[in-house]
Amino acid sequence: MAWGLPPLAVLLLLAVIVAPLSSAVRPVSDAHRSAATELFADGSLGDLETTYEAVSTFKILGVQKDESLDGKACKLASDTLSSSSSSSAKDLFHAARISGVLGCSIDAGVYDDVASRLKAVIKDTNSLLEFYYSVGGLLSLKEQGHSVVLSDADSIFHAIKALSQSDGRWRYDTNSAESSTFAAGIALEALAGVVSLSDAEVDPSMIGVVKNDIVKLFGTIKSYDDGTFYFDEKNVDATEYKGPITTSASVVRGFTSFANVVSGKLNIPGEKILGLAKFFLGIGLPGSAKDCFNQIKSLSLLENNRVFVPLILSLPSKVLSLTSKDQLKVEVTTVFGSAAPPLRVNLVQVLGSDSKVITTDKELQFDVDNNVHYLDIAPLKIDVGKYSLVFEISLQDPEHETVYTTGGRNTETVVVTGQIKVDKAEIGIAENDAGTSESVEKLDLLKDTKISLSANHLQKLRLSFQLATPLGHTFKPHQVFLKLKHESGVEHLFVVPGSARQFKIVLDFLGLVEKFYYLSGRYDLELSVGDASMENSFLRALGHLELDLPEPSEKAPRPPAQAVDPLAKFAPQKEISHIFRVPEKRPPKEVSLAFTGLTLLPFIGFLIGLMRLGVNLKNFPSLPGPAAFASLFHAGIGAVLLLYVLFWVKLDLFTTLKYLGFLSVFLVFVGHRALSYLSSTSTKQKTA
Amino acid sequence: MLIFFHSQFPISKRSEGSRFAKMPKAAADAKLLIQSLTKAYAATPTNLKIIDLYVLFAVATALVQVVYMGIVGSFPFNSFLSGVLSCIGTAVLAVCLRIQVNKDNKEFKDLPPERAFADFVLCNLVLHLVIMNFLG
Repeated sequence: MAWGLPPLAVLLLLAVIVAPLSSAVRPVSDAHRSAATELFADGSLGDLETTYEAVSTFKILGVQKDESLDGKACKLASDTLSSSSSSSAKDLFHAARISGVLGCSIDAGVYDDVASRLKAVIKDTNSLLEFYYSVGGLLSLKEQGHSVVLSDADSIFHAIKALSQSDGRWRYDTNSAESSTFAAGIALEALAGVVSLSDAEVDPSMIGVVKNDIVKLFGTIKSYDDGTFYFDEKNVDATEYKGPITTSASVVRGFTSFANVVSGKLNIPGEKILGLAKFFLGIGLPGSAKDCFNQIKSLSLLENNRVFVPLILSLPSKVLSLTSKDQLKVEVTTVFGSAAPPLRVNLVQVLGSDSKVITTDKELQFDVDNNVHYLDIAPLKIDVGKYSLVFEISLQDPEHETVYTTGGRNTETVVVTGQIKVDKAEIGIAENDAGTSESVEKLDLLKDTKISLSANHLQKLRLSFQLATPLGHTFKPHQVFLKLKHESGVEHLFVVPGSARQFKIVLDFLGLVEKFYYLSGRYDLELSVGDASMENSFLRALGHLELDLPEPSEKAPRPPAQAVDPLAKFAPQKEISHIFRVPEKRPPKEVSLAFTGLTLLPFIGFLIGLMRLGVNLKNFPSLPGPAAFASLFHAGIGAVLLLYVLFWVKLDLFTTLKYLGFLSVFLVFVGHRALSYLSSTSTKQKTA
Repeated sequence: MLIFFHSQFPISKRSEGSRFAKMPKAAADAKLLIQSLTKAYAATPTNLKIIDLYVLFAVATALVQVVYMGIVGSFPFNSFLSGVLSCIGTAVLAVCLRIQVNKDNKEFKDLPPERAFADFVLCNLVLHLVIMNFLG
């Protein structure tokens, strides 16, 4: 199906269609088992209550758990039961129930002790929860085969009943002014316990009163539109608020256990029981361990209760394809997926999304092997679309009417999909005024085409095609878009309007020049047609259009900047290449050294020349004073030259000038003395 | 070439040169010219010869550096300039010294050679301070 779309897109599309429907009720499945294993996996032995919830849930679901968990739970239970008076009634209650679920071997003496302690609690208390824990604990002991008898059952029954309110709710104790629905469930469970522990018959009139209370309690039940019923507290801001799941679970535990111990039937409408079952199944996979226990425990009690056993109608598949001639399949099971008694399922009404009603009365055939009722939908002449199917369930055996509740009419939503016929597709360019198409090309929308058109701003682009359902009716998909994509990346999306069967769009470029930002050039054309019930939804490349638009005026809007990939800014930056000065070409070391030697040659020649000239130092002063000055003069010159070398090597100009100042004063002085002496001697020689 | 600055080079010597002009070969002329020049230069005082030698030495050193630059290139140019100008500068100063020391130059008659030498030393020191600064 849907050749034009990538498979992933089709999957997503289907997921979007199916997701809201799949939250509707389905019986408890393996998904619940794995969810329960996961939820109770860690910290299941945190305290007695959680441990009980874990082992109880696992037992109901039949989950294989490791032996060590059972061992640990049993040890926890027996430790609590055998410890002397420190444990409260609540701990004893949970411990006894753990032991009851797992069948731990507890010494009979320990049970005697526990029983007497619980009975002592019952005698002293006036709190509903204390009653509940101690009666429940005693009941658990009795169910494990230990003999427990409440001798004053009537008075306990009265004490609990005294906490009830006129509207069927209960108070937690005599001092409390608040009445609670959760407490009502607790109280009913406790009363059921008292009845089953009693050695004698409890006053039937009291039982009748409690039955009446239950009916009143069911009068406060809340509901959703789809036939789901649930219990919630009247005041949600109350201190003991537990939430609808816990509250409903408490009531379910209460009325089912009470119904089990009393004779006669409780007068509760079957649809409310079914609504409760739908409520718990509608949770789907629970999010917390507490919700998981409440869901599974309540469903297990509803699965086998004496009031009404709810039968759930569910569809394995909510998407029916006309192409593959899918059959409409319906399963009717109990909440845990067990087979229902023989029954008939009739499809009485089909409600289309366009509020078209097809009334039929077709009985679904029963496939015994797969426990599925099925019906061919082809004779119904159902076209593609979304439908609400109304089923009516009737039990074949009239005796079952008192045991099972089916809720009568059930409504389910399905999507019927099929191949949509696409034909008479045409594309062309028309002159603006004449209206006659110059060039009309036929298109085959079943595959990508590569037409090439050209137009200027005085012309129009026409595109038209027809869609028809498999039954030849009008089909209006959710999405019919024509996309024009300019080569610079600017996109324009147009909705293709449809009337009756014909979809037609005329793009008058004269009016669109502004919108197209005066961008002339090549535009790629893409047509997408998509719908949830259209199996061949497609996205087709039609070809391209060379558009010649006028030059933009000064005030023309600039095309928007194309969205850059947001991840691009995290991409590695362009490497910065630093521009270094390229090192000058240096001569080889040997050449430089050779020329250093060459510069010495003239000096050697100078020295040789001096020797040839017969230079001597005879004129050097012989007297010690002038000789010293002459030496100092030469030393001074040498010092200045040395200072110059230091200046070249490391000193800066200021340091050099400082030293040079001192040296020059000295040099002028000694130089003057040395040279004036020489001058005087030469003058003497002349005059002499 | 510095010798031509020598004011001592007399005009009277020209008569001696004209005597050789009659000779047919130019080579012989050149030979005679050089011989007469050498003879005339031999009469130069020794201290002036020392200065001439110094000038030759400085110019030759400068030439070596110029040749080096011609072979390997002018980088680093400031160092090349420093080296060459150091030589040329000191050669010019030596020429100045020679002019002042020469006894035949009447305008410097009152100037003692020691004073001239002191000027030469001072100018050289200043010149080389600048050269060192420029050498880099």
